[in-house]
Amino acid sequence: MSDKTTNPIAFVAKGTIPPAPPPASQAGVVKWVRDNLFSSVPNGVLTLVALAVIYLLLQKTVPWLVNGVWTTSSLNECREVLDGRVGACFSVLTERWHQLLYGFKYPADQYWRPNLALVLLLVAAAPVLFFDLPRKLLIFTGLYPFIAFWLIWGGTIMAPIVALVGFVAAGAVFQIYGRGSFALGFFGGIATALIVWTLGGMLIPEGASDNAMLQAVPSRDLGGFMLNLMLGVTCVSLSLPLGIALALGRQSDMPLIKWICVVFIEFVRGVPLITLLFVASVMLAYFFPPDATVDLFLRVVIMITLFSAAYIAEVIRGGLAALPKGQYEAADSLGLDYPQAMRLIILPQALKISIPGIVNVAVGLFKDTTLVSVISMFDLVGMIRGPILASTEWNGVYWELLGFAAFLFFIVCYGISQYSQWLERRLATDHR
Amino acid sequence: MSTLSDPPQEQFRLSMLVNDTRYRSLTFQAIAALLLALSIWYLGNNLIQNLRAAGLNISYDFLGNPAGYDINQRLVEYDNQDSHGRAALVGILNTLLVAFLACITATIFGVIAGVLRLSNNWLVSKLMAVYVEIFRNIPVLIWIIIIFTIMTAALPGPRAFRGDDPASTMVLDLFAFTNRGVYIPMPWFESGIFASAALNWLLVLAVLVGSFVATRKIEAWASHKQEETGVRPKTLFMVLGVWLVPFLLLMVIMGLSWEVPALKGFNFQGGIKIGGPLIALWFALSIYTGAFIAENVRAGIQAISKGQTEAAAALGLRPGRIMNLVVLPQALRVIIPPLISQYLNITKNSSLAIAVGYADITATLGGITLNQTGRAIECVLLLMLFYLTASLVISMVMNVYNASVKLKER
Repeated sequence: MSDKTTNPIAFVAKGTIPPAPPPASQAGVVKWVRDNLFSSVPNGVLTLVALAVIYLLLQKTVPWLVNGVWTTSSLNECREVLDGRVGACFSVLTERWHQLLYGFKYPADQYWRPNLALVLLLVAAAPVLFFDLPRKLLIFTGLYPFIAFWLIWGGTIMAPIVALVGFVAAGAVFQIYGRGSFALGFFGGIATALIVWTLGGMLIPEGASDNAMLQAVPSRDLGGFMLNLMLGVTCVSLSLPLGIALALGRQSDMPLIKWICVVFIEFVRGVPLITLLFVASVMLAYFFPPDATVDLFLRVVIMITLFSAAYIAEVIRGGLAALPKGQYEAADSLGLDYPQAMRLIILPQALKISIPGIVNVAVGLFKDTTLVSVISMFDLVGMIRGPILASTEWNGVYWELLGFAAFLFFIVCYGISQYSQWLERRLATDHR
Repeated sequence: MSTLSDPPQEQFRLSMLVNDTRYRSLTFQAIAALLLALSIWYLGNNLIQNLRAAGLNISYDFLGNPAGYDINQRLVEYDNQDSHGRAALVGILNTLLVAFLACITATIFGVIAGVLRLSNNWLVSKLMAVYVEIFRNIPVLIWIIIIFTIMTAALPGPRAFRGDDPASTMVLDLFAFTNRGVYIPMPWFESGIFASAALNWLLVLAVLVGSFVATRKIEAWASHKQEETGVRPKTLFMVLGVWLVPFLLLMVIMGLSWEVPALKGFNFQGGIKIGGPLIALWFALSIYTGAFIAENVRAGIQAISKGQTEAAAALGLRPGRIMNLVVLPQALRVIIPPLISQYLNITKNSSLAIAVGYADITATLGGITLNQTGRAIECVLLLMLFYLTASLVISMVMNVYNASVKLKER
């Protein structure tokens, strides 16, 4: 006791003790590895298995990629250069890239035309994809189909101009008469367009395409990845309005229109795309007038458009069903008629909800354009399996070609799905 | 002052067909019916004219004519003297076979990948994310061709198995992976109860179904006991016994033995041959659709709110039971509808068989038969009819199942 009273405090801290670093097992890389890779025994086993799988994959692919040969002119030369080592023969890509991208018949000196069309496509798509861009750019988007048609097919410039004039005239008629009655404006517009096209068709002289500014390229000369892109873009953009119409028709109160839409949608969704492509290649010709020759590209576009329209219709129907009933009733109570209610209230919301689904359909459709190789159109897959692998120089170069095709499709599809996720976040207006 | 009175009964006037919303729909439907009839007439008329010009008619008689082509992969007896109809039947069975196999394996791949993608193991979840993104974003046709190429170009020919020091050997001396297909041992019965092999296999199937029913009974009995006494009787050994004893007994009685494939002459003989095209199609469809199913499974599990897991943990359930008793039954309701459409997609995508020469209905009826007979319209219509029926049946069966697991709301 007495000791304590004389010297009551044995130790006095002079300052704050600096915080000790956490134990090595609780910080930094070690902690991360422990938490994320080896948190339990099964987890540790999984990690080791995953590492083994990654090692095996890399062990096969890395030497193959690194030793790749880019400069030879046939598979045999490739093998000589490689001299027994494992390595890819990428020279097939450097030698045949034009065939893979444009098909084997598109005139080589005209490659700038599809290239320009692709660049302009990006410009035209930009205002649709990004809302912050000035709305004036949409005018160019409206003009783009005609410019692209003229660039890719060439021939007389009169044809796209007549088509454009028809659309402009129809739009004007709709603007004037559509205010009073939607139906009058709509059907009036269609009639106007038909009249303009018929008259304009007579104006184009016979053989106008022969000495046109751009050399005319027939549809059967299109091919390669360009064909996939063209089919994808054309069919998705054509099937959107058709899909919206089908979805609205399926929701309609009118039994006849509803049943036409239901039967069409369910029929198309019940059969594989290949059978529809068979229809395009062997059957559709029977349904056109006897003297008409509709080329294969157009027939395929028609069938793929109908196909994707049915899927898009189902996606949009989901969006329409997801809207609260109050929105429909609110539109009614404001005294809006059906076209106004749809255009101003229902569709903007329903389409917003449907965007992820629509993008899914678009990506799926773009991937499905490879199926045209089955009906002997030379798209990217068709080029690989047909002319390139069958040639004596490149018989046996499977992995490089298929890998290249897979790479191209992956870039485009992954890009689109990333865009869709960005858009979803951007459009999310609900409160979370 | 009367505030309300019946509106005056209006006489129906013709202008109301345009101006009155009550009657306008009649006008629209009349126009639609007219347009529909006109287009049908137009198309039909074109068809008749075109057929007459080509000297053709619509007739299904060709189905009875000899087909004249061989089919390698077949489930029923067929040779090239059989009719086109028989060839179509072989094709239908092949389509159903590959669709059935691919549905099972795609579900397995998808569930594993979907669950692993949610794993707290960083490496594994990233690996699964890469798998899903790579397979979803590349066309299934390219995958089919890639795997078919592996089958034909990367595997050794039967010749490589020959000699004292062969370049390739059979796996476990039972399985042979060659570029002509994969050979696996075939089970058969030495002393079957019935003379026909098919009947013996039906008997095996019947025994298995019986075991399944008995298991359900045992589980029901155990649940009943648990309700009454609060203690669940141990059923593991009973269930094992019900499955194994009758099955093994039957196998011993019938004398099960295996026919192992062996190299004879230029090729392997015996065993079951699974052709390269079938494997390519099966595997490609499985991993491609598996990636989609993985996303559905992940979405389904994530749709279950965290509170459910936490509540189950608070009740003292172990993680495995939380998954089995709380999360999965609820997640299944979210997963099943998209799963149905994935099964439909597999069935429809199996038509890509034509790209690798697997003799499904598209390749027989829509391919060789169509080209030989030139009966384009009939073949394509029959083809569509088959796929429509298959789609409808699958969605019907799955809808029944979906209704049975649906949330019962009162």
